[in-house]
Amino acid sequence: MSNKKLIVSLSPHTCGKDSVSRIMYDVLIALMPAFIVSMYMFGFGALRVTLIAIFSCVLFEYLIQKFMLKVKPTINDGSAMVTGLLLAFNVPSNLPWWMIIVGSFVAIAIAKMSFGGLGNNPFNPALVGRVFLFVSFPVAMTSWPVPILTRFKLVDAVTSATPLSIVKEGLKNNIATSELITKLPSYADLFFGKLGGCIGEVSVLALALGGIYLLYRKVISWHIPVAMIGGVALFSGILWGFNPEKYMDPMFQILTGGVFLGAIFMATDMVTSPMTPKGMIIFGVLIGLITVVIRVFGAYPEGVSFAILIMNAFVPLIDKFCKPRKYGFVKVKND
Amino acid sequence: MSGYKELKTFPKGGIHPEGHKISADKAIELLKMPEIVSIPVSQHLGAPAKPIVVANDIVKVGQVIAESGGYVSTNIHASVSGVVSKIDKVMDASGYKRLAITIKIDGDDWLEGIDTSLDIKKKITLSKEEIISKLQKDGIVGLGGATFPIHVKLSPPEGKVADILLINGVECEPFLTADHRLMLEKGEEVLIGTQIIMQALGVSKALIGIEANKLDAIEHLSNLAKNYSGISVVVLKVQYPQGAEKQLIEALTNRQVPIGGLPIDVGVVVQNVGTAFAVYESVQKNKPLVERVVTVTGKNLKNPSNFLVRLGIPVSNLIKAAGGLPDQTGKIVSGGPMMGKALNTPDVPVTKGTSGILLISENESMRGEVLNCIRCAKCAWHCPLGLEPYLLMNLVEKGFYDQAQQEQILNCCECGTCGFTCPADRPLLDYIRLGKSIINQKLREKS
Repeated sequence: MSNKKLIVSLSPHTCGKDSVSRIMYDVLIALMPAFIVSMYMFGFGALRVTLIAIFSCVLFEYLIQKFMLKVKPTINDGSAMVTGLLLAFNVPSNLPWWMIIVGSFVAIAIAKMSFGGLGNNPFNPALVGRVFLFVSFPVAMTSWPVPILTRFKLVDAVTSATPLSIVKEGLKNNIATSELITKLPSYADLFFGKLGGCIGEVSVLALALGGIYLLYRKVISWHIPVAMIGGVALFSGILWGFNPEKYMDPMFQILTGGVFLGAIFMATDMVTSPMTPKGMIIFGVLIGLITVVIRVFGAYPEGVSFAILIMNAFVPLIDKFCKPRKYGFVKVKND
Repeated sequence: MSGYKELKTFPKGGIHPEGHKISADKAIELLKMPEIVSIPVSQHLGAPAKPIVVANDIVKVGQVIAESGGYVSTNIHASVSGVVSKIDKVMDASGYKRLAITIKIDGDDWLEGIDTSLDIKKKITLSKEEIISKLQKDGIVGLGGATFPIHVKLSPPEGKVADILLINGVECEPFLTADHRLMLEKGEEVLIGTQIIMQALGVSKALIGIEANKLDAIEHLSNLAKNYSGISVVVLKVQYPQGAEKQLIEALTNRQVPIGGLPIDVGVVVQNVGTAFAVYESVQKNKPLVERVVTVTGKNLKNPSNFLVRLGIPVSNLIKAAGGLPDQTGKIVSGGPMMGKALNTPDVPVTKGTSGILLISENESMRGEVLNCIRCAKCAWHCPLGLEPYLLMNLVEKGFYDQAQQEQILNCCECGTCGFTCPADRPLLDYIRLGKSIINQKLREKS
């Protein structure tokens, strides 16, 4: 036998095909249908915001790793791109460029890298960036370009209110829901995405397609999306059943705002969600509850971002109490 | 699989690594004898055997050369005939130098009374007690990998009764085909061996579990089993680690071994098909455990093969017989890719626990770069024992051993599923093993 040195390591000596970058690129692929719809609805504005957000997120991660942490940059893993794309999806298409960069900085530098980078952040970075922008620049963050009409405008497009803000304003002025509905886009428009809103949140259909892809690739499991959407439907349904003239119906609640974007792409972020099926369902249902509470009783028309961030904080607690069922703890049984 | 509806399997976790059963249609061949063999005295779980021969003694095949070193221990027999040249420490598959008896081979002279013919002897004449003491004398141990002396398993402690025998024909490790070939070529013997073990345990029911990727073996054994009352073949869904004792028990009987307990606590004894064959040879043919089937395989190997190998023959001989060591070999693994042990030299003897030799190319030997845990939970979702490997690794890394023990780190069977699924290539099982050994040491110190 040759005297060549053999490699000795502990088992297992083989590994699966999964990798962190495969997961991240799968998420990017899954976001593509929604991106295409946003291009159709908001045109150049959506493209501009998306490119700036992705580029600045990747750049901030690179600069911080290279010059501050002095480690090998890991921008190829795709996670910064996912953060950039999700941040872009969560802002209006006419947001000034420098605000996008500020949001990217908050997302990457503060929400992600300061905790130790990918895997260590307790809160979803894109949502932290979004909420920072939302509370800092409320006017810019809530002026929604009218879909399709404004496709070829980069900034200063004609703006309109989102369905949720129409409802919020209307209910505040004691207008009944049956009357409000006449001012709202049809459910079909909501489903296909013909409404004002953040870049990526408008088309339920496109987001669901991405979700099916992620389920097929086993990047996410059904628990969080189903629990969260079900939670929104359940709690808004209870209120609606109680007084349909004062509260919007559950179908409206799940089709508007960021429910689908949040349920499929934001709440399912592995790093900031629970690990067991039981934990995921609790997490999802509570996000649904908080979303409804903020929408109905809170000051803001939309509550998905806040709801997810609030529940992110409970993830360690949920993980502590929702353990997988361990082998060997059942009573001895004979079949 | 076509024809089999609702395949049984274990309920929690598991993975589907690629099978790579490239040697599955290679019939078992006899391996050419070398000039010398080194037979380690510790080839089983438990105390090493004590040598009873000295240098220059002449020994015959099947002669006891080292006696059992206690109750959980077993005899070691000469696997060849010739002259004892030395009794000294030799490197074995563990990577340590341990006591072994080296024999210079001269002819192939078997001890009188051993039936080396291929005639099948069906009638079992020995009683329960006689079978157990015969198996103890003949050095039979579990050949699935754990090498636990069989007589201990067949003598349940006071108050514990077995009601079913499970025969493990799962061979869920990728690449390995030794048990598969044995079931195809020695099916009748395996069934008689099963009957003998049933008699020793006093049970009337035995199930042979085989995964659905071995349809030929399933068909063959099912047909033969029609003539054996109480023995039936159960087709299992292909899923790793179904060959692990606890998973096989749950797949076949729906019983769970309580934590800290043994299979006998739920009335079950599990034996491997290879062991059943060895039991047949011992009881019916008076043949001690001196040889076993070993798969030699690897993607770049010229002739992946299944050999019938005398114990003590160096692994390098097996590789030579299968076409020689490919140039780009990075790792030689004793066992399969999931649980096998990487050897630091091919010059170690084949022992009772060697089920296969796997050659892995240099490229595939390297582990990926370790990244941060992204909390994807794949390790926890796939762990067949419901553990949370990411958490155990964290706890061990930070030295929280008590907490790791509370999280049942000691229940880990080291199947490697967690490491296989991890997208960040984290050394989960390495840390779990480290934690287990530190905790076990602490427990020993306490008692």
